[in-house]
Order: sequence, then structure tokens, then C-alpha cells
Amino acid sequence: MYAVEMRGITKRFGSFTANDHIDFCVEKGEIHCLLGENGAGKTTLMNILFGLYHADEGELIINGKSVTKHSARNAFLCGLGMVHQHFMLVDALSIWENVIIGNEPGRFSIDRKESIRQVQAIADSYNFNLNVEEKVSELSVGMKQRVEILKTLYRGAETIILDEPTAVLTPQEVDQLLDIFRDMKKQGKTIIFITHKLNETKAVSDHVTVLRAGKSVHTVNTADVTVNELAGMMVGHEVSFELERVANEPGEVVLSLQNVRLLPNAQNTVSLDVRAGEIVGIAGVEGNGQKQLEEMLLGLLKCKEGKISLYGEEISSWPTRKRVEKGISYIPSDRYQRAILPGFSILDNYLLGNQFDEHYVPHGMIDYRVLEERAKDLMKSYDVRAVDEKQSIGSLSGGNQQKMVLSREASKDAGFVLACQPIRGLDIGAIQYIREILLKLRRQGKAILLISAELTDIFQLSDRIAVLYKGELMDMRKNEEFTTQSIGLLMAGQKGEA
Amino acid sequence: MSREKKAGSGRWASGLQNIWLSVVAILLSLVITSVIMAASGNNLAEAYSALFKGAFGSRNAIANTLAKTVPLIFVGMACAFSNKGGIFNIGCEGQLYSGALAAAVAAIFLQGAPRILVIPAAFVAGMAAGMLVGGLNGFLKAKLQINEVLVAIMLNYIMRYLTSYFVHGPLKDPEASVAQTVAMDDSYMLTKLVPKTQLTTALLLALVIAVLMYFFFMKTRTGFNIRAVGENRLAAQASGIAMSSTIVLTMAVSGALAALTGVTEVLGKTGKFVDGFSPGYGFTGIAVAVLGRNNPAGVLLSALLFGIMESGAMKMSYVAGVSTSMIKVMQGLVILFVATPNLVSFLKRRKGEKKGE
Ligand SMILES: Nc1ncnc2c1ncn2[C@@H]1O[C@H](COP(=O)(O)OP(=O)(O)OP(=O)(O)O)[C@@H](O)[C@H]1O
Ligand SMILES: [Mg+2]
Repeated sequence: MYAVEMRGITKRFGSFTANDHIDFCVEKGEIHCLLGENGAGKTTLMNILFGLYHADEGELIINGKSVTKHSARNAFLCGLGMVHQHFMLVDALSIWENVIIGNEPGRFSIDRKESIRQVQAIADSYNFNLNVEEKVSELSVGMKQRVEILKTLYRGAETIILDEPTAVLTPQEVDQLLDIFRDMKKQGKTIIFITHKLNETKAVSDHVTVLRAGKSVHTVNTADVTVNELAGMMVGHEVSFELERVANEPGEVVLSLQNVRLLPNAQNTVSLDVRAGEIVGIAGVEGNGQKQLEEMLLGLLKCKEGKISLYGEEISSWPTRKRVEKGISYIPSDRYQRAILPGFSILDNYLLGNQFDEHYVPHGMIDYRVLEERAKDLMKSYDVRAVDEKQSIGSLSGGNQQKMVLSREASKDAGFVLACQPIRGLDIGAIQYIREILLKLRRQGKAILLISAELTDIFQLSDRIAVLYKGELMDMRKNEEFTTQSIGLLMAGQKGEA
Repeated sequence: MSREKKAGSGRWASGLQNIWLSVVAILLSLVITSVIMAASGNNLAEAYSALFKGAFGSRNAIANTLAKTVPLIFVGMACAFSNKGGIFNIGCEGQLYSGALAAAVAAIFLQGAPRILVIPAAFVAGMAAGMLVGGLNGFLKAKLQINEVLVAIMLNYIMRYLTSYFVHGPLKDPEASVAQTVAMDDSYMLTKLVPKTQLTTALLLALVIAVLMYFFFMKTRTGFNIRAVGENRLAAQASGIAMSSTIVLTMAVSGALAALTGVTEVLGKTGKFVDGFSPGYGFTGIAVAVLGRNNPAGVLLSALLFGIMESGAMKMSYVAGVSTSMIKVMQGLVILFVATPNLVSFLKRRKGEKKGE
């Protein structure tokens, strides 16, 4: 018996077909993975299933009943729940309050005790390890995600859709989430799970459906395929994971931090140099001062103690614009907040951060001809998939937004590149590509500071690695001198001999 | 990912969809006002034909309709300008009072100087005053993080009563029984486009401003920066845009545009500063901007619509006996429907649901 059957689903945006006669069937009580490159149409398909978009063609059958007129409300009535990639929680409220918002049992009054008890009971039955009276603002990203899942469960969802839930999680949190999935499955829930990480797919799912360029190419038994085969299905050809980081002698010091205090209560300050032609990787679990480091470098957060210098000039008190003009390319960790103007065209988004460049804006007047030429070029060479450069960037798939930002920043004439979580939300092909770009920038002699929660990133790209814990550098060495284990321990705050 | 998708799909077809919403809002409010009018025993056909005649019945009627539209264009542009930058300028009322007084004082002070000098001087003085009041508002928001709406409301009171104080006291025309300044020389008045009406070259200026504003936002760096701040403050900041100065600039320009409303009322219609002359232009301006979706062409159209309603209202009241406040009701409803597009989508959703069950 299928929990969800989607047959011949087609969805067009103008002349662009995002879903082209897709068949997608999920059995009751299974964990079903939805794979595909960036822009393959995964989110679109799930939005149709959840009633946020209407399909132009095709049939939707939920729990054996054909659905003619679908809506988010109807999806809810059919027992579907969705966890979006951006959380929709009210920070100031407690967990249980967030869970029952919009779902208050009584009309005018809420039985506080009873609600807390109910929500806690659900959380416990799936081993969520949450105290539902805690405030949401105090939770880590992984915990917030559990609250989102809890919300769907509280509303009685039988089939739960999760769009790239693991993109923002640390490796430990991912493992815990997968365990939660297994628990949910044991209790008869059906799970649809979008990810770009094939090992997660292998670890947890029963079936996999692969979308490619808006078409469903395969639905297979997870046990019957290897990771490499899956990768092949996604991109349509073999992919290599080989990267070559040729040794080179780094040049002058480009960026230097001296005794910078990242977190107010950190015991020690941070000092480090990044030299031309070198990638320095900052490893560490998110929330250990990465965000502060990122914002201090750009001047978005005041650096109260210590000195930041670029090409030997102290920039600690410079405004952002002056720093950017001096030569900083910036790939923010929070793309949606810091890097794009969602309602604006792709073209205008290429202008962002370049608007002080006389080349694009001579005498204060935007030269759209130059900009358009450049944008088209970059979109082509970085494979940013969109209808055209006038499309709003918010309507691109997550991965394509990231590629757009990357192409904008990599093409800047700046000596220092600050790349924060650059591969978050990207498919394997794109990840490989981004890594190649970063290595290319390194060959061009740029100084690159890479802040990433992905150890693979750090190990594959960095010349030197620093481990950040509670706002302090635990250790900093050459790449070769670390092992996954030794870094893992440092990331957990355990010093001592590696 | 839904947040990005929502923003995306919303804007993707933005142009068309937004016009659509505005049209629906207008139609809905028309229907509701009609129902109210019919329920209170008015003859609808009579009322609307009176309204139409009042607004378009003759050459002079048309000219006066346009004359009523002009201040709404300026103040609508002022609100649209700040809205683009993500700031709500509810202080237009205070800005236009200060602009009007400054313009009147300049013209009276320069009594005797040639027209070619006085008119520009009055404009400059008026715009500078509006800029100052708006800029102050922006400054308090940018530097001291004081809520711009609260400040604006207070500045509205201050400017309204400060100007009132001046025309009750030091600047009062001693001959007049009401609080107003002396009249400026007739030669300083803007040229009338249609004789014996209130339609002056201010209309041309309003059109020029609309075109300029369009180019400013589409083509200039500063315009882009303001739009960027309005769209996503955090990303704008990371791209190097200086937040405080952009906010101050946005409010200052918006204030100058609002001031033009006052300046053209003085130089185009009254020829002096009259205490409390504004029938709440500042607030109508917000409505005009919202209905016009902050887009210069849209503002022109919605200002015209409001102008038609204002100018037909009188005739509707004495021919069909419909109170002029009915027009206010209609305007209020338009705002309500434009400001709540969520309502429309909510209704749509409900409809879908019912059929789905
Ligand atoms: N509202 C929209 N308007 C126009 N095009 C859209 C819209 N939503 C999605 N698209 C296009 O449809 C395609 C599929 O997008 P979708 O978000 O489904 O991809 P995805 O598989 O989720 O990718 P990712 O892994 O990058 O999130 C993309 O090329 C995107 O540009
Ligand atoms: Mg997606």
C-alpha cells in the first residue's frame, strides 16, 4: 500500500518545466529518499505534494484516495507534515507553545499542564531528548529541527516530508536525526527525506527516487545500489571525487588576526595569518565563534579587542565598504540572510557587493549592459540554472542560489576570500565543483579562509587547519599533522596529545 | 526552503499579480461602498453619475480633478520613496507643513524680487525644510534606534502646531480674521494650465518627479542601495552599504518630496500659508503609495483615482445626497484590501479547501 502516489506530475514556471511527468510513489511505513542535483525539482515536487503549489498535470493519490483539489490544509487533513529548511519557530516562546501554536486545543483557554504533558509524551516516545518547557531561543539548530518535527507529529502527521534537514546539522546531530527517523519508522510513520548526502541515503532509507533535470529517472531499493551508482544516476555520468591540491609555497601575509577576542567570555584570544595562495581551514562545531569571526572580518560586528589587518593595514575599525573595496570576497554562512536580495533579479544580485565598482557603475549610474554580459558569462561558467538573468533569485533552487553567490564572489578582484560553509545545501557535483573553484582561487594566489563544519571540506582543501572551540583556537597545524580522530577530539574541546 | 520559495514565487510574477491585487481591492471596496450607500437609501446610479460628472463633467471639472491629484502625487511619491527603502514614513504631514511654511516665508520675504528668482527660492526653502524634518526622523532612527513611527507621529504634532503658532503670532496677516500669513505677490504664483482652475504647472513637476524617481531607482547606485536596504538589510550591510547614512538619506528625500506637496499648495493654490490647510494629505499619501505598489507609474494612477474620488465627492453629496465621508469610507476600504493581500490569499485557500473536502 502506498502512502503517497504521484503520477505524471508536471509543473511549469512560465516556459520552464521544473517537474516533467514525474512518478513518485512512497510505501507506507518506509523511509524514502529523494535525490537529485540542485535544481532537479525536488523542492518543487514536495511543495506540490504538500499543497503549496498546484501541479499543472498529473494525479495525486494519498492513502489510496485520489486527491483532486489540493491545498496545504488538505495535505494536513490527509496526514502530511512538512519540515522546511528554514525553521518557522517563535524564538521567544517555549517548545510546547511553539508546538501547539495554531493548534490550541481549547478555543479561549489552553490547559497548560495538559498541553505540556502531551507534547512531552510525544517527544519522549521518539527519544527527542527535549524538555518542552525550554525556550526555543536557547536551542541548537539540531534541537530546533526536532521541534519542527514534533510540530508535525503533534498535528497527527503520518507522512512527514523533510527538505534537506541535515544540511545545517553537525555530524553528531545527523546521526541522532537518523536514529529519530528509525524510531519514527518503527512506530509506523512514513518519511520522505531530501538530502544531498549519499551516505545518509544509504544509511537510513528503504527506497530512493532520483530526479534529474525535472524527470524521475529511477526508483530503486537502497540495498541494491552503491553510493557511486547513485551519484551516477543523479548526474547522468560517472563522477570523480578526486581533487588535487598541488603543493605551493604561500606568499605574503594577506590577512592577519592578532589577539582578537571572538566571544566575550573566551579565555584566550585568537591570532592567525592567512597568506597568499593558501587555504586556512577553520574546523569546529558551529556556534563556537565562527559567526563572530565571520562578522568581525567584514565589520558587521565590532571587534572590541585585538587587531585585524589586511595587507598589513589595520582594518579593525574600517566600515564594511572600505574593507570590501580593499579586497574581500565574502561567501556568508547564511546565504539567505547575508548574501542575496531574494525578491530582486539575478542581475541585481550580481550588482550587490559590486555596486561601488566603477566598472559596473560608472559615475553612479548602473551600466546594465556590462552587468548583463558579466552575469550571463558567470551563470554559464558556474552552471547557475535559471530561466534567464531577469528571474528573481528567490525562485531559484537553493543550490543554484549558492552557485550564483559563489560565482559573484569568486569573480571579484579581491585578494582575500572568506568562504563560510560554502557547500551547504549543494549536490555532490556542485560540491566537487565548488571545491575545485576554491582550489583555483588558491592557485591564483588568493588568501582563503575557509570556515566549514564539514571535515571533508577542511581536509580536502586546507593547507593549514585551525580548530575553534568556545571562541578559542585549540590548535593550529599543517593539514597532514591532523587525523580525523585528533580533530574530532579538539572539536569537542579535549586538548592533549593528538 | 519554503521561505525562499514563497518570497520567490511571490515576486516572480510580481508586476502582474500586484496590479491584479490593487484592482481587486478597488473593485471590492466599490462593491461594499455601493452596498452601504444602497442600504442607506441612496440611488446608486444617481450617485455614481454625479460623482462622474463632478470629476469629468466639464473642462474645468477635469482640470480641478487633476489639481486635486497633484498633492496626492507628491505625497504618494514621498511615501513610496521611503517604502522602497523599507522605512515607513508616516511623518509626511509634518514635513509638508514645514515645507509649506518655509516656502511661504521665503516668497514673502523676497517680496519685490523677480519671479524667476523667488519661485526657485521658495521651492528650495520648502524642500530644505521637509528634508530637515524627514532627515531628523531618519537620524533618530539610524543613530539612536528610536522607532521611526513614534518619532514621526510626534514630529507631525510638533510641525503642525509650530506652524500654527507662527501664523497665529509672529507671521499672522494682521488684516485677516483667520490664522494665515499675508498673501504673496500674485506674480509669484505658479502658472495656471487651465485658466480659472487650480491646475498649475505643479502637475508637470509631479510628472517629472515620477519619471526621475523611476530612473533613480532603476539606474543609479544610490537608488539601488536604497532598494537593497529595503529588501534585505543584512545583505545590504554585508555588501558595504552604510546603513545609517542610507536611512537618513531615504528619510530626507522622502521629506523633501512630501514638502513639495506643501510648497505647491502654497504657490499653486492659496498663495499664502493657511493654518491647518492639509486635509490629511500625509496619511492619504500612505494609501496612495500602497495602492500604487510603491511604483512611480502606480502612484500616478492611484493618486488620480483618489483625486477623482475627492473631486466627485462634492457633486455626489449635493446631487445625490451622499455624504462626502462616503468617499473616505471607500478610500479606507481600498487601503484595507490592499494592505491585506493575505486576506485575499486566505479567502482563496478557504475556497480551495472547501472544494477539496
Ligand atoms: N517559483 C518559481 N518560479 C520560477 N522558477 C522556479 C520556481 N520555483 C522553482 N523554480 C525552478 O525550478 C527548478 C527546480 O527547483 P527546485 O527548488 O525544485 O530544485 P531542488 O531540486 O529543490 O534543488 P536544490 O537541491 O538546489 O534545492 C529550478 O531551476 C528553479 O529555478
Ligand atoms: Mg530544494
